[in-house]
Amino acid sequence: MSDTPKPEEILSRSHTPPKTGWMDTPINIRPGMYCYASNPKSVDYVGLPYPRQWNPMEDDWNLPENWKEIIFEGMRDRLDRFRSFKVFMDICVRCGACADKCHFFIGTGDPKNMPVLRAELIRSVYRNDFTRFGKIFGKMAGARPMTLDVLKEWWYYLFQCTECRRCSVFCPYGIDTAEITIIGRELLNLLGLNIDWIATPVANCYRTGNHLGIQPHAYKDMIDFFCEDIEEITGVLPKPSLNRKGAEILFITPSGDVFADPGTYTAMGYLILFDFLEKKYGLDITWSTYASEGGNFGFFTSHETMKRLNAKMYAEAKRLGVKWILGGECGHMWRVINQYMDTMNGPADHLEVPVSPITGTRFENAASTRMVHITEFLSDLIYHDKLDLDPSRNDHLKVTFHDSCNPARGMGLLDEPRYVIQSVCKNFYEMPSNTIREQTFCCGSGAGLNAGEDMELRLSGGLPRANAVRHVHEKHGVNMLACICAIDRAVLPPLMEYWVPEVDVTGICEMVGNALNLPGQKKRTTDLRSEDLPGMEEEEDADE
Amino acid sequence: MKLESVLVKKQTAIVKKWFDLVVDTYPADTSRFLKRQKDPFANPVGSTTLEGLKAIFTDLMGELEPESAMGHIDPIIRIRAVQNFTPGQATGFVLSLKKIVRDQLGDDAGDPERRKELEAFDARVDQLCLIAFDVFVKCREKIFQIQATEQRNRFFKAFERAGLVSEIPEKETDSGKSDLTQ
Repeated sequence: MSDTPKPEEILSRSHTPPKTGWMDTPINIRPGMYCYASNPKSVDYVGLPYPRQWNPMEDDWNLPENWKEIIFEGMRDRLDRFRSFKVFMDICVRCGACADKCHFFIGTGDPKNMPVLRAELIRSVYRNDFTRFGKIFGKMAGARPMTLDVLKEWWYYLFQCTECRRCSVFCPYGIDTAEITIIGRELLNLLGLNIDWIATPVANCYRTGNHLGIQPHAYKDMIDFFCEDIEEITGVLPKPSLNRKGAEILFITPSGDVFADPGTYTAMGYLILFDFLEKKYGLDITWSTYASEGGNFGFFTSHETMKRLNAKMYAEAKRLGVKWILGGECGHMWRVINQYMDTMNGPADHLEVPVSPITGTRFENAASTRMVHITEFLSDLIYHDKLDLDPSRNDHLKVTFHDSCNPARGMGLLDEPRYVIQSVCKNFYEMPSNTIREQTFCCGSGAGLNAGEDMELRLSGGLPRANAVRHVHEKHGVNMLACICAIDRAVLPPLMEYWVPEVDVTGICEMVGNALNLPGQKKRTTDLRSEDLPGMEEEEDADE
Repeated sequence: MKLESVLVKKQTAIVKKWFDLVVDTYPADTSRFLKRQKDPFANPVGSTTLEGLKAIFTDLMGELEPESAMGHIDPIIRIRAVQNFTPGQATGFVLSLKKIVRDQLGDDAGDPERRKELEAFDARVDQLCLIAFDVFVKCREKIFQIQATEQRNRFFKAFERAGLVSEIPEKETDSGKSDLTQ
């Protein structure tokens, strides 16, 4: 009851917000908009500084006494090490091109979620303490001193950015605000100010190889279970291998595919695909219970943590002696792979430039990383007519495609997913052009913000995406939202439930699994979710 | 001329003022954007609000059909229910229509006949406000329900399907007794 406002409080409230400048508008940390503070055990496990209990809603965040010094040293170090950070601090002219492009600004209506303003939170301190101009002219030059309130503002708003990079598409200077968020979060981590939805997956990943802390036997149990389910549905029991030395290809996918619905159906799609390719063309592929996580929440913590967690991909590939790596449907995993992995943990000289053993296609785009995306691999197979597909099993679906931010903007993967979808389903409708491809709107829950306690942030941040989905639902009757990211598959269902409840969510490989004919299969009457395939039962009756 | 006819004639001006007032419940920088950007996909909040207000205004021109009014006000309230508004701030814009209408009528609002018509109009606005509040509560309940369901489903469902969760055997549920008591 302590939160219930008093009558006089209600009466005195104005419905028009104060017209103060952003520097003078105090921070209001609102439940529903932030994620819980990191568990000290998790922070400690990976050796990050200042593990302790703290609560964002309390005045005292139990900061180390010299916290300002730590921040300034951290900034100085990063300004030296990352030229991008230095340039991005200096060159913004505040033209406002990015201002209205952020899904969090559009959805929450909070001006501090304009990318330019979110960056100004840090830039103002940079000006104050690192530029002569700011030191002399102070507030007139957009500078302000670092205070506890400023630090809290950093924490609140840097964890209201999904690092999706939509704003960077519109910046005439090419400023990547996501990189500012990345550095900002790194600075906060110097003070132990992470969120638990990131810190604990990081610790788990470091310990068992995946975000959930799943041990190898449980991972294997889940894969076995999927195979049994596939047998029930198709009459064919796939026999995948795990941790098999000498395999040609290592397959790595986010653990969400193995442990969280509806990603699990995507995992079943992979298993069906690999079984088909193995029986028909002798595909030699193995899964790993050690490299059991494609995702990398270290990316949302610090460059060093990202590197440590990513290292297992090449290490496992080396241990097993594979030639190259195939990667599943994940979002930020691909940004890490495409933009960082080679520099951080390469060169992967123990691997070869990926060549499809079935079509002979050499994946030049992966010549350096030695890792191919599943939809690239699939597109090549479909293009060469190597799959036996029956798209009619997806006839009841009217599909649209949500470009996941990282594959779209972080690696330019735009056409392959669409090619695969349209090969396995005849009903495909695009959302409006300013909401897809390079301009895709984020799901609103990426970069470690897919916790439960920040649901209002997620639902408001996801509004622009949901709004475009609603449009194609109303115009074309779209009932399925396809995506290629494990976080999307986890967070889009609740987003749809709130904004467009008639639309469900699927991974692309789930649709492939439904369409793909397995040699020796029985009559398929249900999809991978064990739901009846409309029309297929009637066909059965007619046969009788 | 009947009040409704006058209001229909002034509809564009009234809805614009109403829209401005709703949008001004956001901070100034946001409000400018919401008014300026016309693309419904770049500005879902502004366009949803404007379209909703237009439809609701039409609803208010006769006996209020609760279902229709609810359908039109839902998209606006659904957005405000996840934003930084108290319940009063999220729904209060409905009541402000009374003042906007009076301002538009000018001296005519003081006419005794007109006042009677306005009373009836006000009653419909009040009814609409209650509908808005119902929608707000429904949305908030939905948010909490989504939160609760997500927590439960996140991993439990997958574990359950994989048989990694030990469930109460079927026969115990059927008989209502445990093995120990049999």
